[in-house]
Amino acid sequence: MGKDKFELPVIQEKTSCRCSTAAAESQKTIPDLNQSFVSGFVDTPSGRLPQVSSVLVWPDRWGSIKARWGVGRMDYSVNPGLYALGTPDNNSLVFVSANYKMSFDRLRQALAGRSGWILVLDTKGINVWCAAGKGTFGTEELVKRIESSGLKKVVNHRKLILPQLGAPGIAAHKVKQISGFNVHYGPIRAEDLPVYLDAGFKATAQMRIKTFPLKERAVLIPIELVEAMKAFLIIASVFFIISGIGGPLGFWANEGSSGFFAVLSLLCAIIGGAVLNPLLLPYLPGRAFSIKGFSIGIVIALILLCLRDINLSAWSERAEALAWFLIIPAMSGYLAMNFTGCSTYTSLSGVKREMRWALPLEIVCGSVGVIMWIGAILIA
Amino acid sequence: MNNPVYLKDVVTLQLDENKCTGCGMCLDVCPHEVFKMNSRHVEKQNRDACMECGACSQNCPASAISVQSGVGCANALINAMLGRNGGECCCGPADNGKAANDKGCCC
Repeated sequence: MGKDKFELPVIQEKTSCRCSTAAAESQKTIPDLNQSFVSGFVDTPSGRLPQVSSVLVWPDRWGSIKARWGVGRMDYSVNPGLYALGTPDNNSLVFVSANYKMSFDRLRQALAGRSGWILVLDTKGINVWCAAGKGTFGTEELVKRIESSGLKKVVNHRKLILPQLGAPGIAAHKVKQISGFNVHYGPIRAEDLPVYLDAGFKATAQMRIKTFPLKERAVLIPIELVEAMKAFLIIASVFFIISGIGGPLGFWANEGSSGFFAVLSLLCAIIGGAVLNPLLLPYLPGRAFSIKGFSIGIVIALILLCLRDINLSAWSERAEALAWFLIIPAMSGYLAMNFTGCSTYTSLSGVKREMRWALPLEIVCGSVGVIMWIGAILIA
Repeated sequence: MNNPVYLKDVVTLQLDENKCTGCGMCLDVCPHEVFKMNSRHVEKQNRDACMECGACSQNCPASAISVQSGVGCANALINAMLGRNGGECCCGPADNGKAANDKGCCC
């Protein structure tokens, strides 16, 4: 009890601190007119709202490219609130989106030649699907944003079009209950919106299925690679130094015999897990992503060791070869396993089950491999 | 391309066909065609395709569907195990409202 009493003020302080920022945010009903992509403004009963067009300009595209490479990706957002797309009136449709700028841009781009209202939820700069999974693209935020944006005064209908992938965070029947607005789940992909709208809010079965085609897998590669490269630089330097000073010859001669090969092997392992795995995902063996990554790693290790023309009569070379057969698959398997978060079809229960055996295996293979490799360098 | 399927017999999705009113909302929100409409109510046609996103159970007005929903992201689970970034994936805002993590992941 005494402990509780002692901690209480601290907790309250934190909560009140957060509440005040939240309150300040919700009071700000109108998005900033000075955002780079805002082309003008529209006067409505709920105030002067920013106007946007469905034409993306160079800075929009450049921002999107940068985000894909991890530059400014966590701060790539638009102000939440209500926007006018083109020249909408009080009968125009209302589209709901996330405040990740790429999500917002995709939506307005898909609505070329149409006017409407875009209600942007505060998802902390995260895309619709991820935010829905976390609940930030959620019933509570939607209902709150309907009120704070003054939407009810801007349109005289009570109909919202949400992306289907927002559904994990939204309970349509509760939104209706609380706000009076009917939620219509549009297609998964924004580019299907025109057909959906023209068909009278009817999505075809194809529009409702989340696939994971090559193009969508490929755009995820840069961010995977950038992240893996950070680890690569550290690990590769360690291998390079150990091989240079631990081997039997002079520093550069040692690098020639094992150091450069080590750096190349590590690089190939990362390319296997972060580039080849996404590209070849549906064609790789196994359902578990780690198995896919392991298979790539084994093939890479085979190719590298064949190219190196290794002399398997010496103990140290045998140990070194075996070490790479453990390290490369362990690394590409681990990276492939991390790609579950990017994929569009892995379940939490499934990932937990995979990790239960895959993570220990990757750690053991990796560590045993590293120990063998160091041993091989020292006994050479 | 056929829709890929992850591990078999692992998802927590459960449907109470007696509660189901056959409104078809789950058919609309499911991204992997897990359900199909029978004459009176829906039934599961492809349980292994379920990714536990939770869209169906959230939007079921009859509360006929239950699933332990979450994001199938190994990185988030590892972060949770290590107590990093509040166990978020890549796309998590930290407590201070600023970006928590720049890990490449789902977004």
